[in-house]
Amino acid sequence: MKKIEAIIKPHKLDDVKEALHAVGVAGLTAYEVKGFGRQKGHTEIYRGAEYTVDFVPKMKIEIVVDDELAPKVEDAIIEAAASGKIGDGKVFTYDCEGAVRIRTGERGPDAL
Amino acid sequence: MDWKIALDTVWVLVAGMLVFFMNLGFGLVESGFARAKNTVNIISKNFIVFAVSSVAFLIIGWGLMYGDGNPFFGTQGLFMLGGADNSPAVGDAYTGVYSALSWTGVPLLAKFFFQLVFAGTAATIVSGAVAERIKYGSFMVFSFVLVALVYPVVGHWIWGGGWLAGLGFWDFAGSTVVHSVGAWAALAGVLVLGPRIGKFGKDGKARAIPGHNMTSAMTGALILWLGWFGFNPGSTMAADPGAISHIVVTTNMAAAAGALAATALAWVVLGKPDIGMTINGALGGLVGITAGCAFVSVGSSLIIGGIAGAIVVGGVLLLDRVKIDDPVGALAVHGMGGIFGTLAVGLFAQDAIAPGTTGDGLFFGGGFGLLGAQATGVVAVAAAVFGVSLVVWLAIKATLGVRVSEEEELEGLDIGEHGNRAYPDFVQTETVA
Repeated sequence: MKKIEAIIKPHKLDDVKEALHAVGVAGLTAYEVKGFGRQKGHTEIYRGAEYTVDFVPKMKIEIVVDDELAPKVEDAIIEAAASGKIGDGKVFTYDCEGAVRIRTGERGPDAL
Repeated sequence: MDWKIALDTVWVLVAGMLVFFMNLGFGLVESGFARAKNTVNIISKNFIVFAVSSVAFLIIGWGLMYGDGNPFFGTQGLFMLGGADNSPAVGDAYTGVYSALSWTGVPLLAKFFFQLVFAGTAATIVSGAVAERIKYGSFMVFSFVLVALVYPVVGHWIWGGGWLAGLGFWDFAGSTVVHSVGAWAALAGVLVLGPRIGKFGKDGKARAIPGHNMTSAMTGALILWLGWFGFNPGSTMAADPGAISHIVVTTNMAAAAGALAATALAWVVLGKPDIGMTINGALGGLVGITAGCAFVSVGSSLIIGGIAGAIVVGGVLLLDRVKIDDPVGALAVHGMGGIFGTLAVGLFAQDAIAPGTTGDGLFFGGGFGLLGAQATGVVAVAAAVFGVSLVVWLAIKATLGVRVSEEEELEGLDIGEHGNRAYPDFVQTETVA
């Protein structure tokens, strides 16, 4: 099994979720995060004083899927999350050693 | 010491201060019903609009509305309250150029302040409907034109001794003069702006864009309800014990009935007693009673408020159906509520309650005359305000632009328009549901 993490622009979450449904992903976890890569932050003004905000709000999603599904999932995320502008995000893929469905005790790919 | 003048003046000014306070109510309702990333922009709009209104109304708005002139607009004492005036003299003893208000025995500046806060209310109604995508500067420009020209001219027709008053049209505290005017101006703006990104899905269905703070919205709603206790009874512009007591009760009962009707309807139709609908139902009831609060019985006010509250629920759903995006329900509350409240005078007015004013409405044996005058006013004001506002919005679009860029809209207007954040300590993300 593979765990896929993606950092995306917040307003793309819906599109990515639909794209994942379309390739057969049943569930996902989403977090609100802030971060930066090469996308610069902002200079803002508060009562006359300037300050720089490096961190940009993003969404992070995590999915665990069968090995065979992983490339399709990566492609689906990339296609749905891309806007062509800086700050679109990144996708990371890791090995996942185990998975269990708590309610039933199913293990491995059956738990997904 | 003339006690009557003193009491009347204190009442008019205190009532005016309550109406001023409604700007806070609007700001809290609107920002509560909108997303966190736009909060600074919305509260800024509601704050600055009163400043803009104050200047616009002083420079020329008051004069166009209350100056003596022709049936359509004032021509005397137009600028800076400069016309001859010997308030608080009343009736035949009044010799100034603002005769339309010579029936109330308070100083000129008290009349001005009271009327100013009403003009400000019309302007702030617009800010809710255009929220989350309008440019700050464009909103300020439109507000100035609304309060300097559009609102006063229409107001002259009705309260300034103009042609609609001559036809027998009655609007005690402004269901048409304030609320409908604001709503028609807002509708024109909403159509020129277009819906928020993500409001309507690819299948055309309306998607919820949840507001970020229901506490703020409810706080605002109760502040508005309180403010209306200045708005309606204050319009007697006199500390007339019987009248102001009657009006405060009709006002309250309409709000209560509106809240209950909207809650019940939302519960049945949508499944749950949605707080947004409850709030808008109460506000709809308040708008609905505003025209007739001095002319109808307490019992009638319950019916009027209840119907208005129900109309608001239907109105919000209908606007979504026809793809008009109004983030806070201003068009349903102030537009549909305003129209209904104005017509309700034609149905429910009773001569016995305010003798020698409206006469009896349809339901009390007065026939269709009053209703006809009310309907005429509704149509005339709609056409004039919507038409002129549309031209103004389009002119602003062609010069300054009206809508923020897509990038800015997605990031939030707080950063793009103001360089501020309302909640810098929190990660500010949200998804369009």
